[in-house]
Amino acid sequence: MPDTRHIRRQKGPVMIGMRVFVILYLFFLIAWPVSEVVKRTFAPVEQGAEGGFGAFWERLQDPAVQYAFSLTGTVALWAVIINTVFGVGISLLLVRYRFPGRRVLSVLVDLPMSVSPVVVGLALVLAYSSGSGWFGERLEGAGIFIIASTPGLIMATAFVSLPLVIREVVPTLQEIGTDSEMAAHSLGAGGWQTFRRITLPSIKWAVVYGVVLSMARSLGEFGAVKIVSRGAEFQGETATLLIQNRYNNFDESVAYAAAFVLVMASVLALVVVSLIRKEDHS
Amino acid sequence: MTQAAAAAKPPVAPGPAKRRSQGGGGGLFALTPTSGIGLGICLLWFTILVMLPLAAVTVASVEGGLGSFWNTLTDAQTFAALRLTVLEAAGVTVINAVVGTVIAWVLVRDQFWGKRIIDVVIDIPFALPTIVAGLVLLSLYGPQSPVGINIVNTRTGIFMALLFVTLPFVVRTVQPVLLELEGDVEEAAASLGASRATTFRRVILPSLVPAIAAGSSLGFARAISEFGSLVLISGNTPFKTEVASLKILKFLEGDNQAGAAAVAVLLLLVAVVVIVALDLISRRAARRA
Repeated sequence: MPDTRHIRRQKGPVMIGMRVFVILYLFFLIAWPVSEVVKRTFAPVEQGAEGGFGAFWERLQDPAVQYAFSLTGTVALWAVIINTVFGVGISLLLVRYRFPGRRVLSVLVDLPMSVSPVVVGLALVLAYSSGSGWFGERLEGAGIFIIASTPGLIMATAFVSLPLVIREVVPTLQEIGTDSEMAAHSLGAGGWQTFRRITLPSIKWAVVYGVVLSMARSLGEFGAVKIVSRGAEFQGETATLLIQNRYNNFDESVAYAAAFVLVMASVLALVVVSLIRKEDHS
Repeated sequence: MTQAAAAAKPPVAPGPAKRRSQGGGGGLFALTPTSGIGLGICLLWFTILVMLPLAAVTVASVEGGLGSFWNTLTDAQTFAALRLTVLEAAGVTVINAVVGTVIAWVLVRDQFWGKRIIDVVIDIPFALPTIVAGLVLLSLYGPQSPVGINIVNTRTGIFMALLFVTLPFVVRTVQPVLLELEGDVEEAAASLGASRATTFRRVILPSLVPAIAAGSSLGFARAISEFGSLVLISGNTPFKTEVASLKILKFLEGDNQAGAAAVAVLLLLVAVVVIVALDLISRRAARRA
């Protein structure tokens, strides 16, 4: 587009003004506060709290913190596995097959993203809590407890991150079309073989991308988990709940240490995602 | 840079380009027995995980009759919380529509050292867990603030938290549209004597409007339902800094499930309206393209 360059390259005072405004806005709203968190992680302002990497590491060794992170890891892992299996399944059905209610389902799968996490938690409690849920008593009779135990945390996390895999896989499936799948089919490949040898390799990066996004979202989920979990130390206290509890109990330095770990996890996710994008486009 | 833009796509489909279109992309097959079973299993899980719980909320909200549903929502304290939520969300949406477009504009049309850093900074609010987002703002603007500002338990604090978490929506929906905008129409307008302001208003803005609308509605839905980042910042004072999602939590802690469900149904309704609206916007855009 060399012929349009002179329009795009014009730099009036308006352009400079906008540039300065954007930089200042992002600096005060995001960049400075984020850097302050990093600073406080290694140089707590709390009375008597030690600074430095050693002290930060020490805080993470607290058994309650270890419990919180291992619970968060377990929950996120299960939620991601569930979402990947069902995500790929639902995407295939939505793109490749014709069935009544397909259009409605394709709109509904986006719903979990825009519903408030608090509403998600409340919904699960009203359906499955053993005290007041619709199915609570029956599940309790069968010895299954969902709310205030790990399955509830997994369901809450799976709920909020449900659309992430689907939204990556669906457009890719549409893009690749059905030609090679039909060819495989006409050469005598069965459904599973076609999926494994033809479809899966071509949606590979979309799936990985969706998995990374779900993982990041699952590790950081707070609202839905807050409602579903008992949230006490060693009793369903995930990493995000630990941050809230410690901050409110004037144990800020641990809250900042745990927050820093989650910040690093999300930065890692951002980096991985941008690498995948490059891989995918090349 | 398109890669970076795509990397932090908003939680719901960002724009027309990536939406699934009816019947698009390859043929549609009739269900085979295997895929029929697959569909059954997927629908069963979707029902257990999503539909039944949401139905339970809806039923619980009207269990005591429509009268009590109405009474809960019009109770002075609850109503004040709802009003504050809507007003804050609306204010944040207006600012985001303008500032988000300006940021997208600078990212696409301006060239300067450090622009890549800005591109990364935009993604941070989506990547951070919401509770950490709250902590981030508190570390600079909270108690023991190095700049001497304390936003805890103020409406300004809520406003800032909402601005923080909703920042990327408009930027990331407008940016790709702006990138694909052809320069020749602008040139034609300029050569016909239109000033730059007129060109922007008459030529560029109309093509950005669907993207701005989509990004704004996503941001609005997010602002209405925001919880995690507000927990530490809002002091939860009735009539002053209590928002809808925190009101639900308070109802639940007070063992008032019907009250919690009544407010929750309202939030659910907003979510449904927004996704249906987005679906319509993207369908219209796809039809035009």
